[in-house]
Amino acid sequence: MTPGDEKKSLSAIQIDALREVGNIGAGNAAIALSQMVDKKVDLSVPKATLLPLVGVPDLVGGPETTVAGIYLSIAGDCSGSILLLLEKESASSLAGLMVPAETPTAELSVVKRSALQETGSILSGAYLSALGQLTGLFFKPSVPGFAMDMAGAIIDYVLVDLGATEDMVLVVETDFMVSGVKILGHLILFPDLGTLATILERLGVPFE
Amino acid sequence: MSDVVAVGVAELKIADNSSILASFGLGSCVAVAMFDPLKKIGGLAHVMLPDSRGKGAIEGATGKFADTAVPYLVDELVKRGARKNGLRCKIVGGAQMFEIPGAQKKDSAMAVGPPTHIGARNIEAVKNELGKLRIPLLGEDTGGNYGRTVKFNSCTGEVEVSSIYHGRTVI
Repeated sequence: MTPGDEKKSLSAIQIDALREVGNIGAGNAAIALSQMVDKKVDLSVPKATLLPLVGVPDLVGGPETTVAGIYLSIAGDCSGSILLLLEKESASSLAGLMVPAETPTAELSVVKRSALQETGSILSGAYLSALGQLTGLFFKPSVPGFAMDMAGAIIDYVLVDLGATEDMVLVVETDFMVSGVKILGHLILFPDLGTLATILERLGVPFE
Repeated sequence: MSDVVAVGVAELKIADNSSILASFGLGSCVAVAMFDPLKKIGGLAHVMLPDSRGKGAIEGATGKFADTAVPYLVDELVKRGARKNGLRCKIVGGAQMFEIPGAQKKDSAMAVGPPTHIGARNIEAVKNELGKLRIPLLGEDTGGNYGRTVKFNSCTGEVEVSSIYHGRTVI
């Protein structure tokens, strides 16, 4: 058992606070994304949930589902990782919007992979900067890694990298609409031990 | 067809008669399939980390560490009638899913030794344990940078490995 293990659920007010962070972060992200693809970007109000890590593959259709994962580690005042999971179709359409010149292919080209990697970087950066503004904490994201593979394999890597199984993760789920094309993305924050508690405390909604 | 029993991360299960033990979407984790071909009994561990030392209690997660999962598999199988010197093993997984330039985790457990990735260290740790217990490794499909799904038939000892980019193989 580790400290924090007993915190299996968030109160309504904590979820609201985290959703608000998600809102502002997603707003930042939408602006950045819109500048990048030079198109109008709309987004839904994000959902914020606390999930057990092993439940994450189910978000995208189970452990064997093909997904694109963009993974960054966070350093600074608080440590952790961020994983952006895009469903296969969403990843292809997003990549298609960013690299329109290429003919659509089943496999992602190097350019498209790199474009998605950059998207992950922008989205997580936007989220982290919102989180930073609201908490007064400093977060420094690493260069992103990219993989398109089974959801289970991607999660399992992140899980091992964190060295924890029982821990809960914060999932911010956001839909983007880029000029009429729906992009479904899951931005998942994996807080290291104590990080979530620190964030909630700074947001003024600490664990009781 | 036989039942398929899922072995989740850090779990360890022994096959029940004709059931197939499966781990879906292995990344850097290593699936350890151990069996006695004569007694037709086997088990599968879904190993997540190489070393249990300093990691506290492992209650309910017997498959989590290489150094605990392998001896535990042996004990459980022997308890159910397998011959200790008749045990054989096959391993799958241990991939490196992400290449993050310049980002080396500060976790003390990962900082020791050469900067090899966790998948490789899981593979090495499992092989180490097998060596200590003198259990022959009959086959492996390990490493690389892609996810795998494993289905283990403990009666035949066959391990079917499938992945998105590399199709299906049987070891």
